[in-house]
Amino acid sequence: MAWLQALAAHAERRLPALTRGRKPEPLPVALHRRRIYILPTRSGLGFGLLLAVMLLGALNYQNNAALLLTCVLGATVVNSMLVAFRALDGLRLTRLRADTACAGDALTLHLQFDSAGRTRHALRIDLDGDATDFSLDARSGETTVAMPTEHRGWARVPRMRISCMQPFGLFRAWSWIAPSQDALVYPRPLSGPHPPPHAGDPQRRERGEDDYEQLREYHAGDPLKRVAWKASARNDRLLLRELDAAAADVPQRFEWNVLHGVDRETRIGRLAGWVNEAHAAGCGWTLVLPDGRELGPQADTAHYHRCMSALALL
Amino acid sequence: MSAILRQRESALRAEARRDASVRTGDVLDARAFDLLCLTVACTLAVHFTHLPVSLAAALAALLSWRWLQRRAHRGNIPALLRFVLLAALPLAILMIYRTPFGRAPGTALAVGLLVLKLLESERPRDARMAVGFCCFVLMSALLFKQSLAMTLPVALALLPALATLRALQADAGTQPFSRLFAPGATLMLVSSPLALIAFVFVPRLPTPLWGAPGADVARTGVGDRMAPGDMRDLLIDDSPAMRVGFAGAPPASDERYFRGVVMWFFDGRGWMRGSTGTRDAAAQPVVIRGAPLSYEVTLEPTRQRWLFALDVPLSEPDGTHLDADRTLERVRPVTGTIRYQASSATSYTLDPALQPAMRQAALQLPAGYDPRATALARSWRAAHGGNDAAIVNAALALFRDGGFAYNLAAPPLGRDSIDDFLFGTRQGYCEHYASAFAFLMRAAGVPARVVAGYHGGYWNDYAHYLLVRQSEAHAWDEVWLAGRGWVRIDPTAMVRRMIDPGSNGQSDAGDDGGGWLTWQDRLDVVNRLWDRSVIGFDALRQSELFAPLGVSKLELGQLAAGLSIGMVAMLGLAMLVALRATRRPPRDALEIAQRRLQSKLDRCGLTRQPHEGPRDFFARCMLALPDNRAELAALARSYLSLRYGHAAPQAEPVRIYLREVRHFHARRVVK
Repeated sequence: MAWLQALAAHAERRLPALTRGRKPEPLPVALHRRRIYILPTRSGLGFGLLLAVMLLGALNYQNNAALLLTCVLGATVVNSMLVAFRALDGLRLTRLRADTACAGDALTLHLQFDSAGRTRHALRIDLDGDATDFSLDARSGETTVAMPTEHRGWARVPRMRISCMQPFGLFRAWSWIAPSQDALVYPRPLSGPHPPPHAGDPQRRERGEDDYEQLREYHAGDPLKRVAWKASARNDRLLLRELDAAAADVPQRFEWNVLHGVDRETRIGRLAGWVNEAHAAGCGWTLVLPDGRELGPQADTAHYHRCMSALALL
Repeated sequence: MSAILRQRESALRAEARRDASVRTGDVLDARAFDLLCLTVACTLAVHFTHLPVSLAAALAALLSWRWLQRRAHRGNIPALLRFVLLAALPLAILMIYRTPFGRAPGTALAVGLLVLKLLESERPRDARMAVGFCCFVLMSALLFKQSLAMTLPVALALLPALATLRALQADAGTQPFSRLFAPGATLMLVSSPLALIAFVFVPRLPTPLWGAPGADVARTGVGDRMAPGDMRDLLIDDSPAMRVGFAGAPPASDERYFRGVVMWFFDGRGWMRGSTGTRDAAAQPVVIRGAPLSYEVTLEPTRQRWLFALDVPLSEPDGTHLDADRTLERVRPVTGTIRYQASSATSYTLDPALQPAMRQAALQLPAGYDPRATALARSWRAAHGGNDAAIVNAALALFRDGGFAYNLAAPPLGRDSIDDFLFGTRQGYCEHYASAFAFLMRAAGVPARVVAGYHGGYWNDYAHYLLVRQSEAHAWDEVWLAGRGWVRIDPTAMVRRMIDPGSNGQSDAGDDGGGWLTWQDRLDVVNRLWDRSVIGFDALRQSELFAPLGVSKLELGQLAAGLSIGMVAMLGLAMLVALRATRRPPRDALEIAQRRLQSKLDRCGLTRQPHEGPRDFFARCMLALPDNRAELAALARSYLSLRYGHAAPQAEPVRIYLREVRHFHARRVVK
C-alpha cells in the first residue's frame, strides 16, 4: 500500500484543490457537499464484487427472487453512501482551543462542533496518523485530538481529516479541515545544573560550598569547579556535585546571562527546566530574559505560563 | 544525548498509541459477535428445509457451542480442531450426497464453511468477510425455492447481517442493541424504489452463461408415464400446480377435469404416452355443444412438455402442438412459470368415428399379464354381448361394491399388478383405479385410454381464479362408445365418494369455507401476484411492460439506458433528500436585510471580513464612501440597536430597516 500512499501524496501536490489542503481557513469551518469526498473502503470494494457475483448468479440461473434480493441489497449499500455523506454534511467546526505542551509532547486540541440539528455517530479525526473517534449529539459537541509537536514557538494546527464510515463501513466520506490557527508550544525543559544562587543573598553563599549532597551527570556549561573528580574517576564519566535546592524558600532568580558556553536552544531549555522545577516545587522565581526584561517574582500558574510563553517565543 | 532521549521517548509514545488502537479496534467486540452469530443462525435457518437433518443439526450445535465458548472467553478455536472440522465437512457432505457436484451439496458446503468461518472470527475484518459470505449463502437458498414464503425470510435475514456491519462501527458500543438494526431496516425500506427500478431494467440473460440450474430434487408435475405409486408424492404436495382464471363463472365442480397427458400404451406395469396415432395425426374431430369456455392458465414449472387444459381443448396456445388425442405438447419442458390462453368444450362428442389405427392402439395389451383380470373382463363381454356401456357399468359396479377403498398408502403390487389390486389389496388411489379400469375395458374389447391431469380446484372469489394444487393430480379414463365418442369415466369417484363424500366437491368452497379459507384465499392471491410479477418476470414480460410505450422489441441498449436513467433519477432524488435536510434554518429578517446591504457594499469592493464586527465594518464603509456617510451612519445606528438592543428584533422596525437598505445606493467616489 506504500505506493498507493505515494501516489496519493503526489496527486495532492499536483492538485492541491483535491484535498483543499493548500489554504488554511478561519473558523468556523462548515463542511458542505463541495468539500466532502466519498469513496468505497476496501471492504466496500469487496462487497461490490460480491454483489456482482450475486447478480451474475441470479441472472444466469434466471432466478428472479435472487435478482430482487441482489437489487435490494445493492440499493441499500448504494444509499448507505448518502448516510456517510450526511454524517458530515452541515457539520461546523466552531471553535478550536489548544492546550499547551512542551515541544516533543503531544498537544491537546479541543474541537467544538456544531452538529446543525442532527446526531452524528462514529466520526473520526485523523491527525498525523493518530485517529480519534467521537460522536456528536444533535446540538453540539466537543472532542479532543492530540497534535504532535516538534519545536517551541507557534505551531500551525496541521490539516486534519474528518471522516465517517457510517453505517456499514462500506464507504468512507471525508473532508479536510485546515484551521488557520496556531498553538503555542513551550520549549522542552532540559535538566541541568541548578541555577547558581543569585547575588545579594549572603546566607546562601555561605552555605553554598559545602552543602553538596548528591551527584549528577555533567552537562555542557556546568562550572568545572563543581565536578566531583574522585567520583567521576570511579564511574568513568563526569559527575557533578549538586546543591540541595529544596530548602530554598526565597524566590530564585533564573537569568539568561548566567548560562554561558551553550547554544541558544539549550539555554532556553535550561531556563524552562528551572522554571518547571520551581513551579513544581511551588516556590517563587524571577525569570530574566536576554533583553533584560524581568518576570516575577511570583509562584502561581499564570506566572508559569507567562514565563514559558516568553521562553517559547524567544 | 537529550535529543536521542527525546526521540526514544516519542517512539515509545507512538508505540503505546499503536498498541491502544490495536487493543480497541482490532478485536471483534462481544455484541458484534453476537450479531454475527445471529446472522449465521438466520442463514442456517433459511437453509434448514433442504439441508439433511443430521448436517443441519450438527452445524446448529457447532454454532451455538462457538457462541457460548466466545462468551466465556475470547480467542480462536485451536487451529488443530479447526483443521479437523474443515476436513470433516467435505467428507460428511460427500457421504450424505454421494457427489460433490450440484446445487444441494454445493450449498451445504457453503453453509458449512460459513459456520466454520465463525470459529476463527476474532477481528472486525473476519466479521465483514463472514457477513459478505452470509449474503451470498442467503441468496443461494433462493435457488431451491423462489416463493414469497422463502424470499421474505431471506430478505429479513439481511437485517442482522447489516446490523453486524453497523456494530463494527466505532460508536456501536454506546448504541442500544435495537438501534443497530435501524440503519439497515430504514435503508432497505428507502432503497426499495431503487431496487425495483434495477429489478425491472436489468437485462435478463437470453441463455445461461454456465450450467443450467441443476435440478437434483426437481419437483415434477404430472408426467407422461404412470405406474401405481408414481403419483403418491404429488398427491400429498399442497403447493400450487396452476391457476386458472375464468372470465365468467368457473365450470361446475364435477366438470373441472384438466386434461394433461393421454396415455395409450400399457406395458404390464405402467401406462405410457406411446406414439401410436397421436403425434402426427390430425386432431380428433370434436362436435361441440354449447359455448366453449375461454380461460387463462398460469402454470407452475413442471419440467414436462405437457400443458393442461380444461376437458377438451379446442385450440393450441402459442408454441404448443395439439396432438391427435387433444394433448397439448410443447417442444421444451416448462422450466419456469408460464401463462397461456386456451378455450375448451365441456359438452361435446369427441371423435365420433374412431380410426382403425386408433382403435387398435386403444385395445393394446401386453401378453402374459394379469390372467384373472383378463378372464373377468371376458366374462363381462360374454354376459353383455355388444353393449359396451353395460361393460363399463359392470366395472364401475365392481369398484363400488367390491370392497375397494381409497388409500394413499396403498400396499405394493407384484408382477401382475392389476390382478393383485383387483383380487388382493383392493386399496389404492386414482392411479390404481384408472389403470385397472382401462385394463379391464381393453381386455373386454372396449377401446380405452388413461388420462392424467388435475381434477378439482379451489375457487378464489377475491381474484376470480381457480387454484389447482399438486395434490389434485388425478388419473381417469376415457372409453370410446359408439355414437358417443370418447367418454370420460372416473372410476376413482366410485370409491372416493363413499369414503369422503365431500372430498371431490371441497374445491368449490370459498363461500362456505369460513375464516381459515378466506385467509388462505388472500394468501394465495399474494402468492400469485408474487409468481406473476417477480418469479415470472422474464425477458418476455420485460418487453411486454414496455409495449405500451411503443417499444416492440426491447434492445439491450434501451434497457441499459432505462436502467441508467432510472438509477440516476432515484439516486438524484435520494441525494436531493440528503442535501435538503441539511439546509440550515432560514436566517431572521434582520440578517437577510443586512446580507442585502453587504452585497450592495460588496459591489463597491467593500467586503466584510470574517473578523470584522458590524460597527467596524460600518466605520470602514463610511470612510470609503464619504458621500453615503450620513446614510450609513443611520443604518449602522438602526442595525446596532435592532441587533443588540433587544433579545429578538421587533418585526416593524426591521421592516423599516429593510426599506432603508433597499433605498440605499452607494455613490462611488471616482478616484
